[in-house]
Amino acid sequence: MYVYDAFDRTLVTERVAEFRDQVGRRLSGELTEDEFKPLRLMNGVYLQLHAYMLRTAIPYGTLSSEQLRMLAHIARKYDRGYGHFTTRQNIQYHWIKLAELPDAMADLASVGMHGMQTSGNVVRNITTDQWAGVAPDEIEDPRLWAELIRQHVTLHPEFSFMPRKFKIAVGSSSHDRAALRTHDLALRLHRDGSGELGFEVMVGGGLGRTPFLAQTIKPFLAKRDVLSYVEAILRTYNQFGRRDNIYKARIKILVHELGPEAFAKEVDAEWQSIKDGALALDAAAIGEIAARFHYPAYQRLDDNPPELAAARRADRGFEAWMSNSVANHKVAGYAIVTLSLKPEGGTPGDATAVQMDAIADLADRYSFGEIRVGHEQNLTLPHVAQRDLSALWRELDAIGVATPNVNFISDIISCPGLDYCSLANARSIPIAQEITRRFRNLDLQRDLGRLHVNISGCINACGHHHVGHIGILGVEKNGEEFYQITLGGKADENATLGTLIGPAVPYAQVADVVEDIAAAYLELRTRPDELFIDTVKRTGVEPFRERVYAAR
Amino acid sequence: MPLVENAKIVEDRYVRVDDDAPIPERVPVIVSAKRFLAEADALIRRDGSLGVAWPNDRRVAELQPWLGHLALVALNFPKFRDGRAYSQARLLREQYGFGGTLRATGDVLRDQFSFLVRAGFDSFDVKKPADARAFAQSVERYSVFYQPGADGRAPALQRRVQKSRAVKPGKAV
Repeated sequence: MYVYDAFDRTLVTERVAEFRDQVGRRLSGELTEDEFKPLRLMNGVYLQLHAYMLRTAIPYGTLSSEQLRMLAHIARKYDRGYGHFTTRQNIQYHWIKLAELPDAMADLASVGMHGMQTSGNVVRNITTDQWAGVAPDEIEDPRLWAELIRQHVTLHPEFSFMPRKFKIAVGSSSHDRAALRTHDLALRLHRDGSGELGFEVMVGGGLGRTPFLAQTIKPFLAKRDVLSYVEAILRTYNQFGRRDNIYKARIKILVHELGPEAFAKEVDAEWQSIKDGALALDAAAIGEIAARFHYPAYQRLDDNPPELAAARRADRGFEAWMSNSVANHKVAGYAIVTLSLKPEGGTPGDATAVQMDAIADLADRYSFGEIRVGHEQNLTLPHVAQRDLSALWRELDAIGVATPNVNFISDIISCPGLDYCSLANARSIPIAQEITRRFRNLDLQRDLGRLHVNISGCINACGHHHVGHIGILGVEKNGEEFYQITLGGKADENATLGTLIGPAVPYAQVADVVEDIAAAYLELRTRPDELFIDTVKRTGVEPFRERVYAAR
Repeated sequence: MPLVENAKIVEDRYVRVDDDAPIPERVPVIVSAKRFLAEADALIRRDGSLGVAWPNDRRVAELQPWLGHLALVALNFPKFRDGRAYSQARLLREQYGFGGTLRATGDVLRDQFSFLVRAGFDSFDVKKPADARAFAQSVERYSVFYQPGADGRAPALQRRVQKSRAVKPGKAV
């Protein structure tokens, strides 16, 4: 993982000093709330329904055990003993006091963490595959590029007051685990005809009230040009993105209104004038960042050691978890382990301080001190020796993060919804909790197979409902919570937006509807290994619509 | 609205002239973009420094042919959150080579100073007197920057490369 040097440390420390000054001026009344708002937002501080919320950046979802312990400390000291991992690989705390925020920021800075640019109209946390650096199907670790871009856009003098927020994702695998096309800007590493590595550049994706999937504006961009090209895109957006209507201010609307070709032409004209300037990357500059990435000293181990096979035979619980939550690692003898933060009846993505501390310790003992946060709101231990899996499983199970439901119907992606969020129209968390109870039978979940449920409590779509296999969107009708159901969305390399199946249903019926959809799938599928998403693709939503609305 | 230049509160030498008012001779003036474009030939022959107030929704490329005649360009921040003029400033400084005074006007507050300086502004029409007094302190808040800007300060990446080269001299001759 990337290790901060003196430059990085100095900057976050200076940032804390600035924020302390800003909070002081707000508390003394020198700053109005209106003036303070953009300043706090640039540090990840929102004002929510009950309290201030602090969102802390976890760049590209990589954490050290020391950092995770600090996140536990923040939860314990400044919040109510837990934190919420988000779909953008960040963590947020929902019960922070304004006067204590500077101290919390200073504590975070002591381990190289901060809330910079986790909100506001700036480039947000750069996200990537949570398996970056360890996935067998990866071309190159995308985090190097995510870090180069992260640094470039941090406190950028030109792009700190853009029309709206700007989300960038970087991917590098044949299988897209970073939901690339749902981002304002996505970069996908791939090889051109001559074998050279570069980026496919996609712009204008985004969910929210007007969902769009990003379109390719440059099929191949050389590595040396990545910063200048990103700069040209941001400069084009900063000048010409709409500022008259907050709902039309994202780059997707600009790309849509201009058309991708015209947008690309504008960007290209700007890029031509800066591409050979100070932003062109040479080997020395790339090498400086690459050198700050420290990788584990793996042992030479064999795949499938005898003790693993024996443990799988001996314990059905372990076997169920192994076949669900453990993935192949690019290094022989190692595995990637997903920790489910989706226990039955739990809040998706929540972890307690006790759990975070315990996971940090397990990371030290079993995963070279490294943890990842995935956009599915689960955690990952990326470097576990296969011979340790059985022992690790027992310890994960003891702290409640070994539910073998990864990618199943109860592995729900959900925003905080009306329980916390001042933008929400409807609750999300209780819907998710009820669905996990309805499907508590793991054999049923296994039979249903891969099935992603995404829940958003409002049109802003923080739960990415458009790209859920089953998408649930909370809306308000005459003061009551109703939910629109979409089917067939997906966020991977074949990203698709879901199709609405019919009129919104009331709060009390949502879990029933999901059960109906699951039952319809079991009847409709042609064979047990036809995935839910493939059945929907084959049949369309009509048979599901009939099933759901026949009884209502 | 106090004016800050060279980190100090100063008197404004320029007079803003309304579109329908006569232009005084031998006095530095700032005219609107509309008036400037309509009367450019006469204005640039006039004796006295000339400035233009350029709106943030018009391409600064239009100004390019005239930049050699302009002593000042005033860019506008109608709201704190409207950051278009940062891009205009960098284009003027870095791509069109404008060497005159670049003034920030409008909703100009303390917490923008560092960004403004790095985008190439050197004159600041500050909204609040307390912010104007805090200018020097505000722009010194950061000593590390991750990206090159119009102020010419070396970004962290460049400083890292220089540091590494100093520690490990290259093998070449």
